[in-house]
Amino acid sequence: MSTSTKKKDAGLHNSLVYIVQHWQLYVFFLLPALALTIIFRYIPMGGILIAFEKYNPIRGILGSEWVGFKHFSRFLSSPDFLSYLGNTLKLSVFGMLWGFPVPILLAFLLNRIESKGIKKKIQLCLYMPNFISVIVLCGIVRIFLSVTGPVNLLLGTQINFMTMPEAFRTIYIASGIWQGAGWGSIIYTAALSNASTELKEAAVIDGANIFQQIKAVEWPAIKATVIIQFIMQAGNIMSIGFEKAYALQTDLNMASSEIIATYVYKKGLLDGDYSFSTAVGLFNTVINVILLVAVNKIVAKMNDGQGL
Amino acid sequence: MKKKSRFARYSFQDKALLMVGYILLGLFVVAIVIPMVYIIVASFIDPVTLQNKGITFDFSKWTLTAYERVLSNAQIWIGFKNAVIYSVVFTFVSVLITMLAAYPMSRADFRGRKFFNVIFVITMFFGGGLIPTYLLISNLKLLNSMWAIILPGAFSVWNMIIARTYYQGIPGELREAADVDGANEMVFFFRILLPVCTPIIATLSLWQFVGMWNSYFDAMIYLNDSAKQPLQLVLRSILIQNQPESGMISDMQSTAERAQLAELLKYATIIISSLPLLVMYPFFQKYFDSGVMAGSVKG
Repeated sequence: MSTSTKKKDAGLHNSLVYIVQHWQLYVFFLLPALALTIIFRYIPMGGILIAFEKYNPIRGILGSEWVGFKHFSRFLSSPDFLSYLGNTLKLSVFGMLWGFPVPILLAFLLNRIESKGIKKKIQLCLYMPNFISVIVLCGIVRIFLSVTGPVNLLLGTQINFMTMPEAFRTIYIASGIWQGAGWGSIIYTAALSNASTELKEAAVIDGANIFQQIKAVEWPAIKATVIIQFIMQAGNIMSIGFEKAYALQTDLNMASSEIIATYVYKKGLLDGDYSFSTAVGLFNTVINVILLVAVNKIVAKMNDGQGL
Repeated sequence: MKKKSRFARYSFQDKALLMVGYILLGLFVVAIVIPMVYIIVASFIDPVTLQNKGITFDFSKWTLTAYERVLSNAQIWIGFKNAVIYSVVFTFVSVLITMLAAYPMSRADFRGRKFFNVIFVITMFFGGGLIPTYLLISNLKLLNSMWAIILPGAFSVWNMIIARTYYQGIPGELREAADVDGANEMVFFFRILLPVCTPIIATLSLWQFVGMWNSYFDAMIYLNDSAKQPLQLVLRSILIQNQPESGMISDMQSTAERAQLAELLKYATIIISSLPLLVMYPFFQKYFDSGVMAGSVKG
């Protein structure tokens, strides 16, 4: 027997001894999570096959007729494709451009409030909208913007904002900032509280102005957090949520409110076109993975090799 | 000597800049508070006045009718009951499974750690999607069962990473001391490890509870039986689809009256449904930072 196989056998033997000795770690601790992951995450991955089939529920996934990339080409060549892709991208890219800086600004401002009591009260207000559900948020938006709602009463107009495709994105993004910016600032506030107070005092004594202080003290304290948050958000650009877009949709604002997620739901579960819907969903997921890897690479290059 | 406040030490330009910042912050707070106050007040206004003039502080126009109608509706209570059951069960199952799995994954000596880590992390980026998952749930005969909305999301990889990071910050002496006593893994975990993890347990519980309480998509696709619907689906028909539960407005004679009343009911429904979380959350505020800190450390 060669030494390498001996080593391998010894390693295998050690592993087996470890597993036998620590069997509880595998059976009691890991198994529940592993079972859920395999059943509810990996088995559906096998179900992706139906995107390449003419799926027939009676014949099942393995018995249905194979059609290759037919559903993909149908989707990619349909006139709606660019519209849905564009709506999805615009909603998340603009949402990020407007929404990403707000929590950071809030954290900088909160960090400079000296009275702990006032700071806490402001934070209590800022976090509150996070605990309102999507349905209630969209309900509030619909009430406030309805023809007889307070916004129209205030303006003395009768504009039906919810039926205007050109208003949808603004409504979606602004309500998102209203709801999420305060909560999003927590992570930066926490990072800022780690900034060395001595450094801060030194900067103040040296006569640094606010911009210089931010550059020297506060930005270094939150830089890593900002980068991680940026990667995570940029990487999730295609996985913009179904729930809110669907709850703000009306028959008349569809031109800008129909995104890939809502289209997948309607095609699949309302129309029963399982194969086509799965193909569209898969297209979305693949683009998302590519984006995530690309963003991570870019940020790693800009950040001296440090990605996620 | 009295310590000069930090604000007084700023230069004139810096003070001006800060004032602009504080005014913006103040406007943001006002933009959050005003709609909330408006909704509270509006929920008490007589429906005709509300539609024509908006809110008023002429108390002769105030009424409790919206609350009476919403609270006497059975479907709202069924929704509440279901939401409580689903959220409590989901939170318990999810946090337990996540905390359990994070323990071996936090130990450097655990054989297979890298392999299992890859298995878990892949699912954060890639999945089967809506229809394959729906077909699976359907094949498992879980349609119209509460487990359809509880089990698929019960194990969160992200939360596992956060819990794992938290465990790794706990001094190793704790374990060594337990080994001397010959405690086995389960005893060590439940008796010694979990009790020192309350901040992270509280944080994850809060996230999971709020997440389940506020979501509607899974319930919408998996639970068709109206007796099983959680609160958010009941709210959806009242607030989004403009379909008040039967009996809420059906005694009104004219269509106009019904429309006005339906609008008023929305305000009361928003208050009633949002109150539980909004009242509870300040008590959890002290855990927000600790949880976020744990999460901000890379796993």
